[in-house]
Amino acid sequence: MDIENLDHYAQLILSLAALVTLTSFIMLAQGRLLRLVFIFALQGFLLVLATAIAAYSFNNPHLYISAAITMALKVLFIPWMLRRHILKLEMHRDVEALSNKTAIMMGGASLVVFSYYVLHPIMQDASMILLNALSLSLAVILLGMLLMISHHQAIAHVVGFMSIENGLFFAATVSTNGMPMVVELGVAFDVLVAAVLFGIFFLHINSSIDSLDVDKMNRLNEVDQ
Amino acid sequence: MIPAYLLLILPLLGIVYFALFGHQEDVGRQNTHFNGITLLLSLWLAFNVYTSGTILSTDSYFIVDSFNVYLIVLTAFVGLTTSIFSAPYMAHEKEIGKLTDKRLRLYYSMYQGFMFAMYLVLTTNNMGVMWVAMEAATLATVLLVSLYRTPESIEAAWKYFILCGVGIAQALFGTILLYYAATQFNQSENALMWSVLYDNAALLNPEILEIAFVFMLIGYGTKIGLVPLHNWLPDAHSEGPTPMSAVLSGLLLNDALYAVVRNKMLVDGATDSDIAGYLMMGFGLTSFLVAAFFLHRQKDIKRLFSYSSIEHMGLMTFAFGMGTPFATFAALLHMTVHSLTKSAIFVTVGHAAQIAGTQSIAKIRGLIKTQPKVGWGLLIGTLAIAGFPPFGVFTSEFLVLLATMHSYPWLTPLLLLGIGIACAGLFRNIQPMVYGERPEGQQAVQANLWPVMIHLAIVLWLGLAIPDFLSNWFTQATILISGSAPL
Repeated sequence: MDIENLDHYAQLILSLAALVTLTSFIMLAQGRLLRLVFIFALQGFLLVLATAIAAYSFNNPHLYISAAITMALKVLFIPWMLRRHILKLEMHRDVEALSNKTAIMMGGASLVVFSYYVLHPIMQDASMILLNALSLSLAVILLGMLLMISHHQAIAHVVGFMSIENGLFFAATVSTNGMPMVVELGVAFDVLVAAVLFGIFFLHINSSIDSLDVDKMNRLNEVDQ
Repeated sequence: MIPAYLLLILPLLGIVYFALFGHQEDVGRQNTHFNGITLLLSLWLAFNVYTSGTILSTDSYFIVDSFNVYLIVLTAFVGLTTSIFSAPYMAHEKEIGKLTDKRLRLYYSMYQGFMFAMYLVLTTNNMGVMWVAMEAATLATVLLVSLYRTPESIEAAWKYFILCGVGIAQALFGTILLYYAATQFNQSENALMWSVLYDNAALLNPEILEIAFVFMLIGYGTKIGLVPLHNWLPDAHSEGPTPMSAVLSGLLLNDALYAVVRNKMLVDGATDSDIAGYLMMGFGLTSFLVAAFFLHRQKDIKRLFSYSSIEHMGLMTFAFGMGTPFATFAALLHMTVHSLTKSAIFVTVGHAAQIAGTQSIAKIRGLIKTQPKVGWGLLIGTLAIAGFPPFGVFTSEFLVLLATMHSYPWLTPLLLLGIGIACAGLFRNIQPMVYGERPEGQQAVQANLWPVMIHLAIVLWLGLAIPDFLSNWFTQATILISGSAPL
């Protein structure tokens, strides 16, 4: 790939794709909840930038609206809500002991390779930028799952869940300039409701097991007692 | 189209109405009225489709054809009968202090919210909106699973929320890929309309669609409860209030399968390969067999029947995957009879659990002696779901078997094995519960078993003779899905 010959839009989108993936990796290794939420907000902001750039380059007004919605939801509201819960439940001083960080990071790296492996064959005719951006957004989705697997705190799970949404949003923005407006609004509404429900659940879980460590929720399983 | 719009507006009003007035004395009856009217609307819609064929709304946002209209009627019907059952059930739960006014308001409001999401999944023509509605169905029911606020129910709800949320995110990625494939030749806003995609399926890039279908199958498959994505299902079904288990098992799973089949129709149109069908067959058969074995180790009566749901959804996925007209017809019939039977069973199970005061299989005993109606209802329901003739489940399972023998004869022994194991797994647990001595002090409860009797009567009727209009309907849907008539 000849990077210097790409136009500015392509270069910017590729850099942002790389940065978004980088934030996913930083989240993966982050044991402090407040910092995790901050990086999540940063990832959201990178998405807003990418969307605004796409809106400007393609002169597509409806992408400005999605950028604004993302800004309000993923950069402001959800991080604010998570932060409030962390402070209220006095979890800001806890450091989560992540077992085997190296293996997790290696796993994350292989997920990125895997994403390219999955999408490479179908994107052969597409432009280089599309292949990279779409593969990286799939990687962000998978890294979000890895984040949920490797962390035990319910709040980290929500961050992972929302960062999966970020990956999806990025994929939609770069591959198709956003979904049709009605779908985008619907997804945003679902994310908003989900965020509110997560907040309710933190309180319920906390009052039921006296912590937000989801590993302690182990009453329901098929294992013989 | 008018009835379809009304069908969506009424539950929306219901959400608001019950959020405000859901604590009143006769709220259960009002909920029944809401659902009764939607059933009438769905019949009106069905009549329209029956006389004039596929209806596409003028802005093409909604589509009603022979495939989804029968699911709409089924959804409205099960929604109504479950609400008839839920009225005294929830009143009883409030009486024994398990629920407060506030939670009752939440329950009735979200009952309507769930129905709205289901109707939207079924009627929408936009694949993206279908995803949004599917996620909305999760959001509407997640607080109902944890309605009792016990540690177990909160755990179940959390698991349901996270697993279904993450799972269904995969389906959105699949939808984005689908949209990307569509924008290659169609830049307009309606590129994600199912009817447009279907008409132009041959233009879609087959390789992209294959990958997209994998994501959609995983995503919606989490909702169907396909093994190994099924972990949330037994928990959510067993910890929530029983009316919720009935609608989750009877409706939500069907609608998720409906979404998969809609997508499969697109993939089949775009590619020459049977990859979508093989994937569905593989997942379906695995779910069917694994769930059949799991039936043997259950200790909770609602978990038992949740696994039975996984088993039957697996069989349907398998049959839709085979994709021959005969198998598709069988799968459509099985969807209907399974919904009816399973929701009837959950209603009786709810009463049985109230009689015994527990859901533990080991502690429920002597139902026939305590309250014959509940005992016999459970026994006959189990006979029906296990696939005994002359019930409708027998007919549809038999048709699936015939279709398998025709297309993939070497898979028939596996199906027979699964059916046998499942039957044994159900009866070793059900037998001691319905027969046997009645424990000291066990009292009958106030129960409304009309829904059960009506459901089982219909299932019996479908087993003896499928009425002409219904078989015409299934045939039309089969032609739509698989391209030709079954016989």
